[in-house]
Amino acid sequence: MLKKGFVKPMSAFDTVEAVQQELGSAGYIASDGLAVSLFLALAKQRALFLEGEAGVGKTEIAKMLARVLDRDLIRLQCYEGLDINQAAYEWNYARQLVDIQAQRQSATNEKPDADNLFREDFLIERPLLRALRANPRGAPILLIDEIDRADEAFEAYLLELLSDWQISIPELGTIAAATPPIVIITSNRTREIHDALKRRCFYHWVDYPSREVEREILALKAPEAGAVLQAQVVDFVQTLRGQQLFKSPGVAETIDWAQALVELNCVALDPQTVDSTMGVLLKYQDDISRIQGSEAARILSEVQAALVQGELSRA
Amino acid sequence: MIETVPTRISHPTPKLDQNIMLFVRLLRAIGLKLGSASMLEAIDAAKTVGVADKDFLYHALVSCLIKRREDKPLFDQAFYLFWQNPKFHERIRDLILPRIKAAGHQQEDVEPMLRRLSDALADPPDDPPNMAEDVEIDFDTEGTAADTDRLQHKDFEMMSAAEIRHAEQAIANLQPKLPRRSARRSKLSSRGQLIAMRAALQHAERQGGMVIPKFRSVITKPRPLVILCDISGSMEHYSRIMLHFIHALTRNHPQVSSFLFGTRLTNISRQMRHRDVDEAVQSVSHLVDDWSGGTRISASLETFNHRWSRRVMGQGAITLLITDGLDRNPDDALGIHMERLHKSTATLLWLNPLLRFDGFAPKSHSVRTMIQHVDHFLPIHSLQAMTDLTASLAKMQTQRDAKLAEWQAAARRASLAADLVPAYAQESAYAQEKGHTA
Repeated sequence: MLKKGFVKPMSAFDTVEAVQQELGSAGYIASDGLAVSLFLALAKQRALFLEGEAGVGKTEIAKMLARVLDRDLIRLQCYEGLDINQAAYEWNYARQLVDIQAQRQSATNEKPDADNLFREDFLIERPLLRALRANPRGAPILLIDEIDRADEAFEAYLLELLSDWQISIPELGTIAAATPPIVIITSNRTREIHDALKRRCFYHWVDYPSREVEREILALKAPEAGAVLQAQVVDFVQTLRGQQLFKSPGVAETIDWAQALVELNCVALDPQTVDSTMGVLLKYQDDISRIQGSEAARILSEVQAALVQGELSRA
Repeated sequence: MIETVPTRISHPTPKLDQNIMLFVRLLRAIGLKLGSASMLEAIDAAKTVGVADKDFLYHALVSCLIKRREDKPLFDQAFYLFWQNPKFHERIRDLILPRIKAAGHQQEDVEPMLRRLSDALADPPDDPPNMAEDVEIDFDTEGTAADTDRLQHKDFEMMSAAEIRHAEQAIANLQPKLPRRSARRSKLSSRGQLIAMRAALQHAERQGGMVIPKFRSVITKPRPLVILCDISGSMEHYSRIMLHFIHALTRNHPQVSSFLFGTRLTNISRQMRHRDVDEAVQSVSHLVDDWSGGTRISASLETFNHRWSRRVMGQGAITLLITDGLDRNPDDALGIHMERLHKSTATLLWLNPLLRFDGFAPKSHSVRTMIQHVDHFLPIHSLQAMTDLTASLAKMQTQRDAKLAEWQAAARRASLAADLVPAYAQESAYAQEKGHTA
């Protein structure tokens, strides 16, 4: 629901297809589900809650959206112990102290004007408050990154912001947004986020991309790698994801790997190169020792056979 | 002396206030937290909607007296009994109000529906202490102090159905001391070591510019708890009581994730959050379909590590693994999965009901494999064992168990020689251990 007094921003996109197209032209391939959630979040002025494994491109969405819409990106990286002082606002204590001193010296007989100790110009804005301020480039994009790292208390603090687009400062009053920011919240799911927070957002689970989508992504991000290498890399990674590893490689790892292989002047995968670059794809020793060697060679030969098969059937 | 309470509510009577008051007292006695403001609200609401329609009355009372969804099932049952069953109505009045008891109450008055409510009533009500003395529960004479004492050391496996019920009540009253860790947040405290500038300046504003330093100190928060409980055939006698144990922990702790495993792994954390333990156990039994079947510890741990560990093990979680460790077909990967589990958690406690035997020694292959990767190895077969565990959970991390270290060393030696041991020897070790349990 749009609150009274808010200026409804110009609809950023008219259709879901427009979302996909715009993001695509900026270099981000969005799946249908993601495009729909993003479209809804923009149209209904609600936050978008993105959950998914590390390295599937959650943070990237916010960055791309900022670029496509030409808005400011305000990023709040969450961490354990994050509190209001770092997330929303803080008082400039040094200036407050100086102010007390100055008042005392200028009017020694009078009681210092202590009412003015908590003035708006003593307020230091942190990301959440900055996102509420009017911005000449339009409502900014507020990225609350990896919220699962912050404590539960911080989630509760976000509730007011997400439902009423305002922040209450006890000494000053309530600061409401001129235009609600576009909020994107990401989580790596290292703990469950409270339902009350999820209820105020559109939820989207960012999954690993399909084979076709991942090839498109590689063609965009690592064009130097030839079509053969791209296809092999994608098929290899896709097979790895079906291997019940402790941490499956994400899209970020796929791109890293393809770029690493380009650096090594590799035009097609071979067992030695796969083994020596395994650390780019897998980040747990258990996983690496399981895949490296014979298992990697087996997957590689399967991938190569499948690709040749595909070529033949197409020809 | 209370006058006759109308047993039908189809026509309004001046006794409505009194009935609602009685009803609220009944609700309090079965554990709902209701103040007198709620009671006045309820009376007012009932008068507003009138009592002609039972449904309206019901919803009016629900809206005033239910503050948490979990209380609803208990409320529903209490409502049914109180407002629709004249005999019970009289009985409850006898129970709740301090007065000379009318004679002639027969056991057959008690409908099957009543058991849960009567169990709830048998619990000492936690609100007004004087009421507990007044209430005399005539349909439940067990659960005396001597009984409880005897039950303390009795193996759950040996308990009768009635004893199990009492044990369940005792478990519900457990007061676990949970492990905490320091959070990265602070709160105002006069003995703190961090400067609290904001509070100091707020004070200065009120005091006309006099800045007096204020302090903050770091707070602690409970570590998340993860419970993995075996419900296979060999744990059959314990699984129900363990659910009650998990429920008691869940109620006392903000962050408990619980899983059951037999042949497959089921997450029951949400179900366990029902306030009412019977509700919780019932919804779990609908969810889980591998009760008392085979055990696949290795595969279950693999699933847990793969799908859940990173979701629930954050923030220094403590893990309770409740199993007898008997896996008829242990695969070679069991050690790997146990090691993974051990590495993901701050402390891994293995609670094993088999440990009740003095002569217990890790003999079977699966137990030997698992014991190498745990921090503590403790019994969980009796109320006493449970009480000891919950009382010392908070200190677990700093303690070391000499006996366990000895077993672990032996297990390590044995696993080095394991390749030399023929399969039939392991089988017989299993049978021996199994025979021990019978």
